[in-house]
Amino acid sequence: MITEPTSKYLSNTVQSIQPSGIRRFFDLASSMENVISLGVGEPDFVTPWNVIEASYHSLEQGYTAYTANAGLFELRKEISRYMKRRFGVMYSADEEIVVTVGASQAIDIALRAVLNPGEEVIVVEPSFVSYAPTVTLAGGVPVPVNTYSENDFKLQPEQIEEAITDKTKVLMLCSPNNPTGTVLSKDDLERIAEVVEKHDLLVISDEIYAELTYDEPYTSFPAVKNMRDRTILISGFSKAFAMTGWRLGFACGPKTILQAMLKIHQYTMMCAPTMAQHAALEALVNGQKDVVKMKESYRQRRSLVIHALEEMGLSCHVPGGAFYVFPSIEKTGLSSEEFAEQLLMKEQVAVVPGSVFGESGEGHVRCSYATSVQKLEEAMRRIDRFLQTL
Amino acid sequence: MNSTERELLQLIEKNGRLETGTIARLMGITEDETKQILDKLEKEKVILGYSAIIDWTKGTEDGAVTAMIDVKVTPKRGVGFDKVAERIYRFPEVKAVYLMSGVYDLSVSIEGKTMAEVGRFVSEKLSTIDSVISTTTHFILKKYKHDGLVFSDNDEDKRIVVSP
Repeated sequence: MITEPTSKYLSNTVQSIQPSGIRRFFDLASSMENVISLGVGEPDFVTPWNVIEASYHSLEQGYTAYTANAGLFELRKEISRYMKRRFGVMYSADEEIVVTVGASQAIDIALRAVLNPGEEVIVVEPSFVSYAPTVTLAGGVPVPVNTYSENDFKLQPEQIEEAITDKTKVLMLCSPNNPTGTVLSKDDLERIAEVVEKHDLLVISDEIYAELTYDEPYTSFPAVKNMRDRTILISGFSKAFAMTGWRLGFACGPKTILQAMLKIHQYTMMCAPTMAQHAALEALVNGQKDVVKMKESYRQRRSLVIHALEEMGLSCHVPGGAFYVFPSIEKTGLSSEEFAEQLLMKEQVAVVPGSVFGESGEGHVRCSYATSVQKLEEAMRRIDRFLQTL
Repeated sequence: MNSTERELLQLIEKNGRLETGTIARLMGITEDETKQILDKLEKEKVILGYSAIIDWTKGTEDGAVTAMIDVKVTPKRGVGFDKVAERIYRFPEVKAVYLMSGVYDLSVSIEGKTMAEVGRFVSEKLSTIDSVISTTTHFILKKYKHDGLVFSDNDEDKRIVVSP
Protein backbone atom coordinates (compact mmCIF):
# COMPACT_ATOMS: atom_id res chain seq x y z
CA MET A 1 0.00 0.00 0.00
CA ILE A 2 1.07 3.58 -0.60
CA THR A 3 1.81 5.25 2.69
CA GLU A 4 2.95 8.68 1.58
CA PRO A 5 0.89 11.54 3.05
CA THR A 6 -0.51 12.53 -0.35
CA SER A 7 -2.00 9.06 -0.84
CA LYS A 8 -5.05 10.21 1.13
CA TYR A 9 -6.02 12.26 -1.92
CA LEU A 10 -6.26 9.20 -4.16
CA SER A 11 -9.60 7.67 -4.97
CA ASN A 12 -10.39 4.26 -3.53
CA THR A 13 -10.98 2.91 -7.02
CA VAL A 14 -7.57 3.92 -8.29
CA GLN A 15 -5.92 2.57 -5.17
CA SER A 16 -7.67 -0.74 -5.68
CA ILE A 17 -6.02 -1.18 -9.09
CA GLN A 18 -2.59 -2.77 -9.28
CA PRO A 19 -0.05 -1.45 -11.80
CA SER A 20 0.35 -3.86 -14.70
CA GLY A 21 2.79 -6.73 -14.14
CA ILE A 22 4.24 -5.84 -17.51
CA ARG A 23 5.60 -2.62 -16.06
CA ARG A 24 8.08 -4.28 -13.69
CA PHE A 25 9.31 -6.40 -16.52
CA PHE A 26 9.74 -3.43 -18.75
CA ASP A 27 11.92 -1.71 -16.15
CA LEU A 28 14.04 -4.82 -15.79
CA ALA A 29 14.50 -5.40 -19.53
CA SER A 30 15.17 -1.72 -20.28
CA SER A 31 18.07 -1.69 -17.85
CA MET A 32 19.91 -4.44 -19.73
CA GLU A 33 22.09 -4.55 -22.83
CA ASN A 34 22.01 -6.87 -25.82
CA VAL A 35 18.41 -7.86 -25.13
CA ILE A 36 16.39 -9.52 -27.88
CA SER A 37 12.85 -8.60 -27.07
CA LEU A 38 9.95 -10.88 -27.84
CA GLY A 39 7.96 -8.78 -25.43
CA VAL A 40 6.80 -6.10 -27.80
CA GLY A 41 3.06 -5.91 -28.42
CA GLU A 42 3.24 -4.03 -31.69
CA PRO A 43 4.27 -4.49 -35.33
CA ASP A 44 7.95 -4.25 -36.27
CA PHE A 45 7.07 -2.37 -39.45
CA VAL A 46 7.19 1.37 -39.74
CA THR A 47 3.88 2.89 -40.91
CA PRO A 48 3.63 2.63 -44.74
CA TRP A 49 5.11 5.71 -46.39
CA ASN A 50 1.97 6.76 -48.25
CA VAL A 51 0.20 7.01 -44.88
CA ILE A 52 2.96 9.12 -43.32
CA GLU A 53 3.06 11.28 -46.42
CA ALA A 54 -0.69 11.87 -46.31
CA SER A 55 -0.33 13.13 -42.77
CA TYR A 56 2.55 15.46 -43.80
CA HIS A 57 0.38 16.79 -46.57
CA SER A 58 -2.54 17.46 -44.25
CA LEU A 59 -0.23 19.43 -41.95
CA GLU A 60 1.19 21.41 -44.86
CA GLN A 61 -2.35 22.23 -45.90
CA GLY A 62 -2.97 23.57 -42.42
CA TYR A 63 -5.31 20.89 -41.10
CA THR A 64 -4.26 21.46 -37.53
CA ALA A 65 -7.59 22.28 -35.93
CA TYR A 66 -10.16 20.07 -34.16
CA THR A 67 -12.34 17.76 -36.21
CA ALA A 68 -15.96 16.86 -35.51
CA ASN A 69 -16.21 15.04 -32.16
CA ALA A 70 -16.96 11.73 -33.83
CA GLY A 71 -14.05 12.20 -36.24
CA LEU A 72 -13.63 13.44 -39.82
CA PHE A 73 -16.76 12.59 -41.74
CA GLU A 74 -14.70 11.32 -44.72
CA LEU A 75 -12.88 8.98 -42.38
CA ARG A 76 -16.10 7.68 -40.86
CA LYS A 77 -17.46 7.12 -44.36
CA GLU A 78 -14.34 5.10 -45.22
CA ILE A 79 -14.61 3.11 -41.98
CA SER A 80 -18.22 2.35 -42.86
CA ARG A 81 -17.19 1.14 -46.34
CA TYR A 82 -14.30 -0.83 -44.90
CA MET A 83 -16.48 -2.63 -42.34
CA LYS A 84 -18.91 -3.57 -45.06
CA ARG A 85 -16.25 -4.66 -47.55
CA ARG A 86 -14.03 -6.62 -45.17
CA PHE A 87 -16.46 -7.98 -42.59
CA GLY A 88 -19.92 -7.64 -44.10
CA VAL A 89 -21.30 -5.39 -41.35
CA MET A 90 -23.12 -2.12 -42.04
CA TYR A 91 -22.70 0.98 -39.87
CA SER A 92 -23.92 4.46 -40.65
CA ALA A 93 -21.12 7.02 -40.84
CA ASP A 94 -23.50 9.62 -39.38
CA GLU A 95 -24.43 8.05 -36.10
CA GLU A 96 -22.89 4.65 -35.57
CA ILE A 97 -19.14 5.27 -35.73
CA VAL A 98 -16.83 7.18 -33.38
CA VAL A 99 -13.14 7.70 -34.11
CA THR A 100 -11.14 7.36 -30.89
CA VAL A 101 -7.65 7.73 -29.47
CA GLY A 102 -6.65 4.11 -30.01
CA ALA A 103 -8.87 1.10 -29.48
CA SER A 104 -8.08 1.51 -25.76
CA GLN A 105 -10.07 4.71 -25.51
CA ALA A 106 -12.91 3.10 -27.44
CA ILE A 107 -13.05 0.32 -24.83
CA ASP A 108 -13.01 2.88 -22.05
CA ILE A 109 -15.89 4.97 -23.36
CA ALA A 110 -17.86 1.86 -24.30
CA LEU A 111 -17.65 0.55 -20.74
CA ARG A 112 -18.38 3.93 -19.21
CA ALA A 113 -21.39 4.40 -21.48
CA VAL A 114 -23.06 1.16 -20.45
CA LEU A 115 -22.06 0.29 -16.88
CA ASN A 116 -23.90 1.21 -13.69
CA PRO A 117 -22.00 0.81 -10.42
CA GLY A 118 -21.64 -2.84 -9.48
CA GLU A 119 -22.67 -4.30 -12.82
CA GLU A 120 -20.58 -7.20 -13.97
CA VAL A 121 -18.48 -7.67 -17.07
CA ILE A 122 -17.29 -11.11 -18.10
CA VAL A 123 -13.66 -10.90 -19.13
CA VAL A 124 -12.23 -13.87 -21.00
CA GLU A 125 -8.73 -14.59 -19.73
CA PRO A 126 -5.87 -14.73 -20.51
CA SER A 127 -6.64 -11.25 -21.75
CA PHE A 128 -5.15 -7.93 -22.70
CA VAL A 129 -4.04 -6.30 -19.46
CA SER A 130 -6.35 -3.28 -19.69
CA TYR A 131 -9.79 -4.87 -19.72
CA ALA A 132 -10.29 -5.59 -16.03
CA PRO A 133 -8.86 -2.26 -14.77
CA THR A 134 -10.91 -0.32 -17.33
CA VAL A 135 -14.06 -2.11 -16.11
CA THR A 136 -13.18 -1.21 -12.53
CA LEU A 137 -12.52 2.43 -13.44
CA ALA A 138 -15.93 2.53 -15.12
CA GLY A 139 -17.53 1.42 -11.85
CA GLY A 140 -18.16 -2.15 -12.97
CA VAL A 141 -16.94 -5.45 -11.63
CA PRO A 142 -14.74 -7.61 -13.87
CA VAL A 143 -15.58 -11.31 -13.69
CA PRO A 144 -12.75 -13.39 -15.14
CA VAL A 145 -13.55 -16.55 -17.07
CA ASN A 146 -10.51 -18.72 -17.63
CA THR A 147 -9.65 -20.45 -20.87
CA TYR A 148 -7.03 -23.14 -21.23
CA SER A 149 -4.66 -24.59 -23.78
CA GLU A 150 -6.68 -27.87 -23.87
CA ASN A 151 -9.36 -25.90 -25.71
CA ASP A 152 -6.84 -23.81 -27.64
CA PHE A 153 -7.81 -21.00 -25.24
CA LYS A 154 -11.30 -20.86 -26.71
CA LEU A 155 -14.16 -19.65 -24.58
CA GLN A 156 -16.77 -22.39 -24.10
CA PRO A 157 -20.37 -21.12 -24.18
CA GLU A 158 -21.27 -23.02 -20.99
CA GLN A 159 -18.54 -21.08 -19.18
CA ILE A 160 -20.46 -17.89 -19.86
CA GLU A 161 -23.59 -19.41 -18.37
CA GLU A 162 -21.67 -20.43 -15.24
CA ALA A 163 -20.33 -16.92 -14.79
CA ILE A 164 -23.63 -15.15 -15.27
CA THR A 165 -25.34 -13.56 -12.26
CA ASP A 166 -28.26 -11.13 -12.12
CA LYS A 167 -25.67 -8.33 -12.33
CA THR A 168 -24.02 -9.49 -15.54
CA LYS A 169 -24.35 -6.99 -18.34
CA VAL A 170 -21.42 -7.26 -20.71
CA LEU A 171 -19.28 -9.97 -22.29
CA MET A 172 -15.87 -8.80 -23.46
CA LEU A 173 -14.50 -10.75 -26.40
CA CYS A 174 -11.15 -10.46 -28.12
CA SER A 175 -10.48 -12.49 -31.24
CA PRO A 176 -7.75 -12.83 -32.41
CA ASN A 177 -6.66 -12.75 -28.82
CA ASN A 178 -3.78 -10.99 -27.16
CA PRO A 179 -1.85 -12.88 -25.64
CA THR A 180 -2.89 -16.32 -26.95
CA GLY A 181 -3.37 -15.56 -30.66
CA THR A 182 -6.53 -17.67 -30.57
CA VAL A 183 -9.14 -16.93 -33.22
CA LEU A 184 -12.78 -17.81 -32.64
CA SER A 185 -14.32 -19.45 -35.71
CA LYS A 186 -17.74 -18.64 -37.12
CA ASP A 187 -19.06 -21.74 -35.42
CA ASP A 188 -17.51 -20.77 -32.04
CA LEU A 189 -19.04 -17.31 -32.33
CA GLU A 190 -22.47 -18.65 -33.21
CA ARG A 191 -22.47 -20.87 -30.14
CA ILE A 192 -21.43 -17.92 -27.99
CA ALA A 193 -24.12 -15.78 -29.66
CA GLU A 194 -26.83 -18.21 -28.54
CA VAL A 195 -25.91 -17.73 -24.89
CA VAL A 196 -25.55 -13.98 -25.38
CA GLU A 197 -29.04 -13.77 -26.80
CA LYS A 198 -30.56 -16.08 -24.21
CA HIS A 199 -29.23 -13.94 -21.37
CA ASP A 200 -29.69 -10.62 -23.11
CA LEU A 201 -26.02 -9.63 -22.81
CA LEU A 202 -24.20 -6.81 -24.52
CA VAL A 203 -20.92 -7.75 -26.21
CA ILE A 204 -17.86 -5.55 -26.51
CA SER A 205 -15.88 -7.22 -29.27
CA ASP A 206 -12.26 -6.09 -29.51
CA GLU A 207 -11.26 -6.95 -33.06
CA ILE A 208 -8.06 -4.92 -33.31
CA TYR A 209 -6.18 -7.95 -34.71
CA ALA A 210 -8.93 -8.94 -37.20
CA GLU A 211 -6.77 -8.31 -40.27
CA LEU A 212 -4.06 -10.59 -38.93
CA THR A 213 -5.51 -14.09 -39.25
CA TYR A 214 -3.66 -16.80 -41.10
CA ASP A 215 -5.71 -19.95 -41.45
CA GLU A 216 -9.44 -19.41 -41.83
CA PRO A 217 -11.48 -16.51 -43.14
CA TYR A 218 -12.30 -14.16 -40.29
CA THR A 219 -15.79 -13.71 -38.87
CA SER A 220 -16.56 -10.47 -37.11
CA PHE A 221 -18.86 -10.91 -34.12
CA PRO A 222 -21.50 -8.34 -35.22
CA ALA A 223 -21.73 -10.27 -38.51
CA VAL A 224 -23.21 -13.22 -36.62
CA LYS A 225 -27.00 -13.41 -36.86
CA ASN A 226 -28.85 -11.08 -34.44
CA MET A 227 -25.60 -9.82 -32.91
CA ARG A 228 -25.12 -6.48 -34.64
CA ASP A 229 -27.47 -4.61 -32.37
CA ARG A 230 -26.04 -6.01 -29.18
CA THR A 231 -22.39 -5.53 -30.04
CA ILE A 232 -20.00 -2.64 -29.69
CA LEU A 233 -17.25 -3.37 -32.17
CA ILE A 234 -13.81 -2.05 -31.27
CA SER A 235 -11.05 -1.76 -33.82
CA GLY A 236 -8.31 0.55 -34.98
CA PHE A 237 -5.31 1.13 -37.14
CA SER A 238 -2.49 0.13 -34.80
CA LYS A 239 -1.91 -3.50 -35.66
CA ALA A 240 -2.96 -4.06 -39.28
CA PHE A 241 -1.55 -0.79 -40.60
CA ALA A 242 1.44 -0.61 -38.22
CA MET A 243 0.22 2.66 -36.69
CA THR A 244 0.48 2.10 -32.94
CA GLY A 245 2.06 5.46 -32.17
CA TRP A 246 -0.61 7.40 -34.06
CA ARG A 247 -3.12 6.37 -31.40
CA LEU A 248 -6.11 5.94 -33.62
CA GLY A 249 -8.99 3.53 -33.18
CA PHE A 250 -12.72 3.45 -33.65
CA ALA A 251 -15.92 2.00 -32.28
CA CYS A 252 -18.99 0.95 -34.24
CA GLY A 253 -22.35 -0.08 -32.88
CA PRO A 254 -26.04 0.65 -32.57
CA LYS A 255 -26.89 4.34 -32.66
CA THR A 256 -28.16 4.78 -29.09
CA ILE A 257 -25.02 3.31 -27.56
CA LEU A 258 -22.61 5.05 -29.94
CA GLN A 259 -24.26 8.41 -29.30
CA ALA A 260 -23.88 7.82 -25.56
CA MET A 261 -20.21 7.01 -26.09
CA LEU A 262 -19.86 10.11 -28.21
CA LYS A 263 -21.16 12.16 -25.28
CA ILE A 264 -18.28 10.94 -23.09
CA HIS A 265 -15.79 11.33 -25.93
CA GLN A 266 -16.96 14.88 -26.60
CA TYR A 267 -16.51 15.99 -22.98
CA THR A 268 -13.32 14.12 -22.17
CA MET A 269 -11.37 13.93 -25.43
CA MET A 270 -13.02 16.37 -27.83
CA CYS A 271 -11.73 14.47 -30.86
CA ALA A 272 -8.93 12.16 -31.98
CA PRO A 273 -5.75 13.87 -33.30
CA THR A 274 -6.45 15.45 -36.67
CA MET A 275 -3.16 14.57 -38.37
CA ALA A 276 -3.62 10.93 -37.35
CA GLN A 277 -7.13 10.93 -38.79
CA HIS A 278 -5.82 12.12 -42.15
CA ALA A 279 -3.23 9.35 -42.04
CA ALA A 280 -5.90 6.77 -41.24
CA LEU A 281 -7.99 7.93 -44.16
CA GLU A 282 -5.10 7.21 -46.53
CA ALA A 283 -4.53 3.84 -44.82
CA LEU A 284 -8.11 2.78 -45.54
CA VAL A 285 -8.20 4.07 -49.10
CA ASN A 286 -4.76 2.87 -50.28
CA GLY A 287 -3.38 0.66 -47.56
CA GLN A 288 -4.79 -2.81 -48.15
CA LYS A 289 -1.84 -4.01 -50.22
CA ASP A 290 0.52 -3.18 -47.37
CA VAL A 291 -1.71 -5.01 -44.91
CA VAL A 292 -1.49 -8.11 -47.11
CA LYS A 293 2.30 -7.85 -47.36
CA MET A 294 2.80 -7.43 -43.63
CA LYS A 295 0.37 -10.22 -42.86
CA GLU A 296 2.28 -12.56 -45.17
CA SER A 297 5.47 -11.75 -43.33
CA TYR A 298 3.87 -12.45 -39.91
CA ARG A 299 2.53 -15.77 -41.21
CA GLN A 300 6.03 -16.83 -42.25
CA ARG A 301 7.51 -15.86 -38.93
CA ARG A 302 4.71 -17.66 -37.07
CA SER A 303 5.73 -20.79 -38.93
CA LEU A 304 9.40 -20.25 -38.05
CA VAL A 305 8.71 -19.79 -34.33
CA ILE A 306 6.18 -22.62 -33.97
CA HIS A 307 8.68 -24.94 -35.63
CA ALA A 308 11.50 -23.84 -33.34
CA LEU A 309 9.39 -24.20 -30.17
CA GLU A 310 8.34 -27.65 -31.27
CA GLU A 311 11.98 -28.64 -31.78
CA MET A 312 12.91 -27.57 -28.28
CA GLY A 313 9.93 -29.41 -26.86
CA LEU A 314 7.82 -26.49 -25.65
CA SER A 315 4.22 -27.35 -26.41
CA CYS A 316 2.29 -24.62 -28.09
CA HIS A 317 -1.08 -24.48 -29.81
CA VAL A 318 -0.91 -22.96 -33.27
CA PRO A 319 -2.35 -19.47 -32.89
CA GLY A 320 -4.62 -18.53 -35.78
CA GLY A 321 -4.01 -14.79 -35.54
CA ALA A 322 -2.28 -11.74 -34.07
CA PHE A 323 1.53 -11.99 -33.77
CA TYR A 324 1.93 -13.90 -30.55
CA VAL A 325 2.69 -17.46 -29.58
CA PHE A 326 1.81 -18.59 -26.08
CA PRO A 327 3.82 -21.73 -25.36
CA SER A 328 3.49 -23.74 -22.17
CA ILE A 329 6.57 -23.66 -19.95
CA GLU A 330 5.01 -25.91 -17.31
CA LYS A 331 7.46 -28.73 -17.91
CA THR A 332 10.30 -26.53 -16.67
CA GLY A 333 8.73 -26.48 -13.22
CA LEU A 334 9.14 -22.70 -13.10
CA SER A 335 6.37 -20.18 -12.71
CA SER A 336 5.91 -17.98 -15.75
CA GLU A 337 7.45 -15.06 -13.90
CA GLU A 338 10.48 -17.08 -12.79
CA PHE A 339 10.91 -18.41 -16.31
CA ALA A 340 10.77 -14.95 -17.88
CA GLU A 341 13.09 -13.43 -15.30
CA GLN A 342 15.70 -16.19 -15.50
CA LEU A 343 15.57 -16.21 -19.30
CA LEU A 344 16.17 -12.48 -19.32
CA MET A 345 19.03 -12.67 -16.82
CA LYS A 346 20.79 -15.67 -18.33
CA GLU A 347 20.18 -15.23 -22.04
CA GLN A 348 18.94 -11.65 -22.46
CA VAL A 349 15.70 -12.66 -24.16
CA ALA A 350 12.59 -10.80 -23.01
CA VAL A 351 9.25 -12.60 -23.04
CA VAL A 352 6.16 -11.66 -21.07
CA PRO A 353 5.08 -13.95 -18.21
CA GLY A 354 1.61 -15.34 -18.89
CA SER A 355 0.45 -14.52 -15.38
CA VAL A 356 0.20 -10.81 -16.20
CA PHE A 357 -2.69 -11.67 -18.54
CA GLY A 358 -4.70 -13.36 -15.79
CA GLU A 359 -4.63 -16.45 -13.62
CA SER A 360 -5.08 -18.88 -16.51
CA GLY A 361 -2.06 -17.38 -18.24
CA GLU A 362 0.18 -18.95 -15.59
CA GLY A 363 2.35 -21.74 -16.97
CA HIS A 364 2.77 -19.88 -20.26
CA VAL A 365 4.80 -17.02 -21.67
CA ARG A 366 3.90 -14.66 -24.47
CA CYS A 367 6.42 -14.33 -27.28
CA SER A 368 5.80 -11.80 -30.01
CA TYR A 369 7.15 -12.83 -33.38
CA ALA A 370 6.90 -9.30 -34.76
CA THR A 371 10.65 -8.97 -34.94
CA SER A 372 13.27 -9.69 -37.61
CA VAL A 373 13.92 -13.28 -38.75
CA GLN A 374 17.54 -12.94 -37.72
CA LYS A 375 16.61 -11.88 -34.19
CA LEU A 376 13.92 -14.54 -33.94
CA GLU A 377 16.37 -17.26 -34.84
CA GLU A 378 18.91 -15.97 -32.36
CA ALA A 379 16.23 -15.70 -29.65
CA MET A 380 15.16 -19.30 -30.30
CA ARG A 381 18.77 -20.49 -30.02
CA ARG A 382 19.09 -18.66 -26.71
CA ILE A 383 15.82 -20.07 -25.35
CA ASP A 384 16.94 -23.55 -26.34
CA ARG A 385 20.26 -23.02 -24.56
CA PHE A 386 18.39 -21.72 -21.51
CA LEU A 387 16.19 -24.81 -21.42
CA GLN A 388 19.29 -27.04 -21.44
CA THR A 389 20.53 -25.38 -18.25
CA LEU A 390 17.37 -26.11 -16.27
CA MET B 1 5.30 -20.48 -61.50
CA ASN B 2 3.22 -21.58 -58.51
CA SER B 3 2.58 -19.67 -55.29
CA THR B 4 5.19 -21.62 -53.29
CA GLU B 5 7.88 -20.76 -55.83
CA ARG B 6 6.81 -17.15 -55.85
CA GLU B 7 6.87 -16.98 -52.04
CA LEU B 8 10.39 -18.43 -51.99
CA LEU B 9 11.59 -16.00 -54.63
CA GLN B 10 10.17 -13.06 -52.71
CA LEU B 11 12.00 -14.21 -49.59
CA ILE B 12 15.41 -14.57 -51.23
CA GLU B 13 14.95 -11.45 -53.32
CA LYS B 14 14.92 -9.55 -50.05
CA ASN B 15 17.70 -11.57 -48.47
CA GLY B 16 19.79 -13.86 -50.67
CA ARG B 17 21.69 -15.16 -47.66
CA LEU B 18 18.70 -16.82 -45.99
CA GLU B 19 19.66 -20.38 -45.17
CA THR B 20 17.67 -23.23 -46.67
CA GLY B 21 16.54 -24.31 -43.20
CA THR B 22 15.23 -20.84 -42.42
CA ILE B 23 13.42 -20.59 -45.73
CA ALA B 24 11.85 -23.99 -45.08
CA ARG B 25 10.62 -22.99 -41.64
CA LEU B 26 9.31 -19.64 -42.77
CA MET B 27 7.33 -21.34 -45.51
CA GLY B 28 6.28 -24.38 -43.54
CA ILE B 29 7.87 -26.87 -45.98
CA THR B 30 10.77 -29.30 -45.57
CA GLU B 31 14.40 -28.47 -46.27
CA ASP B 32 14.49 -31.04 -49.06
CA GLU B 33 11.52 -29.44 -50.76
CA THR B 34 13.20 -26.06 -50.42
CA LYS B 35 16.39 -27.35 -52.04
CA GLN B 36 14.41 -28.92 -54.87
CA ILE B 37 12.56 -25.71 -55.62
CA LEU B 38 15.81 -23.70 -55.52
CA ASP B 39 17.51 -26.18 -57.87
CA LYS B 40 14.60 -26.05 -60.27
CA LEU B 41 14.50 -22.25 -60.31
CA GLU B 42 18.26 -22.05 -60.80
CA LYS B 43 18.12 -24.58 -63.63
CA GLU B 44 15.31 -22.66 -65.32
CA LYS B 45 17.36 -19.46 -64.93
CA VAL B 46 14.58 -17.85 -62.94
CA ILE B 47 17.26 -17.33 -60.31
CA LEU B 48 20.25 -15.99 -62.24
CA GLY B 49 22.62 -15.47 -59.34
CA TYR B 50 23.03 -14.23 -55.79
CA SER B 51 24.68 -10.92 -55.15
CA ALA B 52 25.23 -8.43 -52.37
CA ILE B 53 24.17 -4.80 -52.44
CA ILE B 54 27.19 -2.81 -51.39
CA ASP B 55 27.68 0.82 -50.55
CA TRP B 56 31.14 1.26 -52.09
CA THR B 57 31.39 4.81 -50.86
CA LYS B 58 31.94 3.43 -47.37
CA GLY B 59 35.34 2.22 -46.26
CA THR B 60 37.11 2.42 -49.62
CA GLU B 61 39.31 5.16 -51.05
CA ASP B 62 38.93 4.24 -54.71
CA GLY B 63 35.26 5.00 -55.25
CA ALA B 64 33.55 3.93 -58.43
CA VAL B 65 31.89 6.19 -60.98
CA THR B 66 28.64 5.11 -62.54
CA ALA B 67 27.13 6.66 -65.65
CA MET B 68 23.81 6.06 -67.31
CA ILE B 69 23.98 6.58 -71.04
CA ASP B 70 21.03 7.12 -73.36
CA VAL B 71 21.96 5.54 -76.70
CA LYS B 72 20.18 6.06 -80.01
CA VAL B 73 20.83 3.30 -82.52
CA THR B 74 19.79 2.12 -85.96
CA PRO B 75 18.31 -1.34 -85.52
CA LYS B 76 19.93 -4.04 -87.66
CA ARG B 77 17.78 -5.74 -90.26
CA GLY B 78 16.53 -9.16 -89.14
CA VAL B 79 17.78 -9.00 -85.60
CA GLY B 80 16.42 -5.62 -84.50
CA PHE B 81 18.03 -4.12 -81.45
CA ASP B 82 19.24 -7.40 -79.99
CA LYS B 83 22.50 -7.63 -81.95
CA VAL B 84 23.40 -4.03 -81.19
CA ALA B 85 22.58 -4.54 -77.55
CA GLU B 86 24.78 -7.62 -77.48
CA ARG B 87 27.77 -5.78 -78.91
CA ILE B 88 27.37 -3.34 -76.05
CA TYR B 89 26.60 -5.65 -73.12
CA ARG B 90 29.57 -7.92 -73.87
CA PHE B 91 31.91 -5.22 -72.54
CA PRO B 92 32.63 -6.00 -68.87
CA GLU B 93 32.42 -2.29 -67.98
CA VAL B 94 28.74 -2.40 -68.88
CA LYS B 95 26.62 -3.21 -65.83
CA ALA B 96 23.17 -3.03 -67.40
CA VAL B 97 21.52 -2.59 -70.78
CA TYR B 98 17.81 -2.01 -71.27
CA LEU B 99 15.75 -1.44 -74.41
CA MET B 100 13.61 1.61 -73.74
CA SER B 101 10.46 3.16 -75.10
CA GLY B 102 10.63 6.90 -75.79
CA VAL B 103 13.16 9.25 -77.35
CA TYR B 104 16.20 6.97 -77.20
CA ASP B 105 16.61 3.22 -77.63
CA LEU B 106 19.09 1.68 -75.24
CA SER B 107 19.83 2.65 -71.68
CA VAL B 108 23.36 1.60 -70.78
CA SER B 109 24.89 1.64 -67.29
CA ILE B 110 28.64 1.83 -67.11
CA GLU B 111 30.94 1.63 -64.13
CA GLY B 112 34.52 2.88 -64.13
CA LYS B 113 37.15 4.10 -61.68
CA THR B 114 37.10 7.71 -62.85
CA MET B 115 34.99 10.00 -65.01
CA ALA B 116 37.83 10.03 -67.58
CA GLU B 117 37.75 6.26 -67.80
CA VAL B 118 34.01 6.22 -68.43
CA GLY B 119 34.42 9.04 -70.94
CA ARG B 120 37.06 7.07 -72.80
CA PHE B 121 34.78 4.06 -72.98
CA VAL B 122 31.97 6.16 -74.44
CA SER B 123 34.08 7.90 -77.03
CA GLU B 124 36.30 5.00 -78.01
CA LYS B 125 34.07 1.96 -77.67
CA LEU B 126 30.41 2.87 -77.57
CA SER B 127 30.16 5.76 -80.08
CA THR B 128 32.25 3.96 -82.63
CA ILE B 129 29.84 1.05 -82.98
CA ASP B 130 28.29 1.26 -86.48
CA SER B 131 24.66 1.38 -85.48
CA VAL B 132 25.10 3.92 -82.70
CA ILE B 133 23.78 7.32 -83.79
CA SER B 134 24.21 9.30 -80.59
CA THR B 135 24.93 9.06 -76.89
CA THR B 136 24.00 11.20 -73.90
CA THR B 137 25.97 10.47 -70.74
CA HIS B 138 24.63 11.13 -67.23
CA PHE B 139 26.92 10.60 -64.25
CA ILE B 140 25.38 9.43 -61.00
CA LEU B 141 26.22 11.90 -58.24
CA LYS B 142 24.74 10.08 -55.27
CA LYS B 143 22.87 6.84 -54.71
CA TYR B 144 19.87 7.15 -52.42
CA LYS B 145 18.13 3.86 -53.10
CA HIS B 146 19.16 0.86 -55.13
CA ASP B 147 17.18 -2.30 -55.78
CA GLY B 148 14.66 -1.40 -53.12
CA LEU B 149 17.28 -0.63 -50.48
CA VAL B 150 17.80 2.79 -49.00
CA PHE B 151 21.50 3.54 -48.61
CA SER B 152 21.41 5.65 -45.46
CA ASP B 153 18.53 4.00 -43.67
CA ASN B 154 18.18 4.41 -39.96
CA ASP B 155 16.42 1.11 -39.42
CA GLU B 156 17.08 0.45 -35.75
CA ASP B 157 14.13 -0.83 -33.70
CA LYS B 158 12.47 2.23 -32.19
CA ARG B 159 9.94 0.32 -30.11
CA ILE B 160 10.01 0.13 -26.33
CA VAL B 161 11.35 -3.19 -25.06
CA VAL B 162 8.20 -4.59 -23.50
CA SER B 163 4.64 -3.45 -24.14
CA PRO B 164 1.18 -4.92 -23.55
